[in-house]
Amino acid sequence: MNATALEKIKAAFPDAICTTALDSVVVEVQPENLERTLSRLKNDPAFNCGLLVDVTGIDYLQYPTPQKVRFHVVYTLRNWIDNLLIQVRCAVVDPQAGIPTATHLWGSANWGEREVYDQYGIRFNGHPDLRRILNHWQFEGHPLRKDYPIEKGQICYETDPLEDEIRSRLFENGIDETTMKDINTEIMFLNLGPSHPATHGAIRILTALDGETILANVNEIGYLHRGFEKTAETRTYNQIIPLTDRLNYCSSMINNIAYAKAVEAWLGVTITERAKFMRVVLTEFYRVLDHLVCLAAALVDMGGLTNYWYLYNEKEAAYDLISRLTGARLTSSFTRIGGMYRDFYEGWEKDLELQLLGIEKGIGDALKLVETNRIVHDRTQGVCVVSAETALSYGFTGPVLRASGVPYDLRKDAPYYNYESFDFEVPVGTNGDIYDRFMIRFYEMAQSIRIIRQAMQHIPEGPINVKDSQVCLPPKDQVYSNIEGLANHFKLIFEGVKVPAGEWYDAYEAANGELGFHFVSDGSGQPYKLKVRPPCFYTMGGFHKMVEGNMIADAVINLSCINIIGGELDR
Amino acid sequence: MALGLEASLGNTVITTKLDAVINWGRQYSLWPFVFGTACCAIEFMSAAASQHDISRFGAEVVRFSPRQADLLLVCGTISYKQAPILKRIYEQMPLPKWVVAMGACASSGGIYDNYCTVQGIDTIIPVDIYISGCPPRPEAVLDALIKIQEQIRGESVLIDRQHDFKGILD
Repeated sequence: MNATALEKIKAAFPDAICTTALDSVVVEVQPENLERTLSRLKNDPAFNCGLLVDVTGIDYLQYPTPQKVRFHVVYTLRNWIDNLLIQVRCAVVDPQAGIPTATHLWGSANWGEREVYDQYGIRFNGHPDLRRILNHWQFEGHPLRKDYPIEKGQICYETDPLEDEIRSRLFENGIDETTMKDINTEIMFLNLGPSHPATHGAIRILTALDGETILANVNEIGYLHRGFEKTAETRTYNQIIPLTDRLNYCSSMINNIAYAKAVEAWLGVTITERAKFMRVVLTEFYRVLDHLVCLAAALVDMGGLTNYWYLYNEKEAAYDLISRLTGARLTSSFTRIGGMYRDFYEGWEKDLELQLLGIEKGIGDALKLVETNRIVHDRTQGVCVVSAETALSYGFTGPVLRASGVPYDLRKDAPYYNYESFDFEVPVGTNGDIYDRFMIRFYEMAQSIRIIRQAMQHIPEGPINVKDSQVCLPPKDQVYSNIEGLANHFKLIFEGVKVPAGEWYDAYEAANGELGFHFVSDGSGQPYKLKVRPPCFYTMGGFHKMVEGNMIADAVINLSCINIIGGELDR
Repeated sequence: MALGLEASLGNTVITTKLDAVINWGRQYSLWPFVFGTACCAIEFMSAAASQHDISRFGAEVVRFSPRQADLLLVCGTISYKQAPILKRIYEQMPLPKWVVAMGACASSGGIYDNYCTVQGIDTIIPVDIYISGCPPRPEAVLDALIKIQEQIRGESVLIDRQHDFKGILD
């Protein structure tokens, strides 16, 4: 698959340097060819890369092997039908002069490029709204540049008014000054957030209203930007695992697993069969937990508090189960590079089955209240519709994309950890409205429970960590009794797992969609660069497309049904 | 018609200190404003849900308007971008008010010692109680609540506690 894809791309772009890295084909282009290459990859039916997965920059200032050009920009594209992953790299000689934008090709380029501009100071010519996104507007400098000191904080005294942005958005939607001034169609500006019960965290949703109808919407994020990527550059690979817990904290273990899988892929380590099954069981269990919290909160926003107790009490009980396994309720840090922290405890299988039955009961109780409820139907059906085309353009993945009728799921389209051998279905919506986004989560929970039961039936006995002294810690009796074991332990803890130099991207189907990690390694025990591709960042980037033309109360429940998690959104 | 203990008191006059009676009232009817930004907010949800049930301590009336609240619970990381908002929320709360920094991030920046994270919210607003943990268990939230109640018991209604506070945004 990979070799043929490489041949195909080499033939199509004879001037470019094409290589492969894991499953992706990397195309190195000159800035003058960037636009042509991207538009061909998107529009040529042979490639058909409908999804711009992520945009990121790289600063090679302190890279051990000197590079000709300091900055690079990488576009990660995906053709989900043929499972084709392409990374287009472009050198940026002068960040001020910049490179051409890709916003006219994909909607997701808008926020993706804004983030690169914010973090690296690389300009994108022709970008409609190039300003900071994660850092505040009074920030000076670009924090992910290697010469920016990590501890240099900058105080923000005032919030950004966003007045110009909302006015230009109104203008784009065809609302001119006269309509705005007319007494009959006078426009009201309303902020939801950054501290508002409906925002579930800190997001600012600024709307321009005609009565209760949203004419224009602009969103501000970055309130929970905690510098994950900069911090990760100063940690060893195993030390980053606790940081990944705090990305999507409702499904922390999925992040642990996705991260460990990405590192192992480049190391060339194949984890043991038991560890694979454990990861599948835990991923699916956390997918259920994530959906439980999302739906519980969403139904509260709609006015159904009883559902909250039905769903959240099961989540609370599941926390007890998880803390029996990992020692923590929320932030599990349960994986290690090369395997897992511990095996399942004795009696886990029984406890898990009891918990699954409890969850099924909770879901059943909640569904009885909402499934045929007229109020729920009226409020959600046909509301905040987003077409498959728009959803793909804005880089939606996971349940939100599938609700719009696109059956893209990495577990089916690019299976890992034996997912191809499990019997499960991928629920797909038909209308792409709030109702579909709600119900798809209910159905996904049932499918996940199905997978867990199959996996628990077939899970093999055996070790959970690979026997490789370069990757996994030696058993404790060896550390305490002989010098080789002690030295091995010491080296792995202090220097970290040595990962070969190179760059790669690896993705995982998390509860919210495609969770990807883009690494640059210099061969040491710490990543030179680590970029997260958070699913809800791009979903939020298309939020205005969902809510414009709908009512303000719809925006509230739309926000809750796309499951925005601040830790992952702002990192 | 009084039915409880007060029925047997009849027309008796009770004398007490103003501090004692007002603090007694304040202690058991704290109205929290949850400034939830991150993981800790999920654990606060657990503290409020059935199993831990914060209403046993008289603090279940969670307000989302700072003007109706007297206990500010800061659950989660505060970034520099968030800081002016937190300060505004605090200022909008009427006196008397108390602040709890829930979790490592709110207390000290936690594991995020970097360019965007405020190293403890006590650089912005005065804090009464700190809860350790990343995130703390729901029991720790209840513990903090009891500590605040004990603190209120010892206070005087005549003293403005946070008069001299100066933070980085002042």
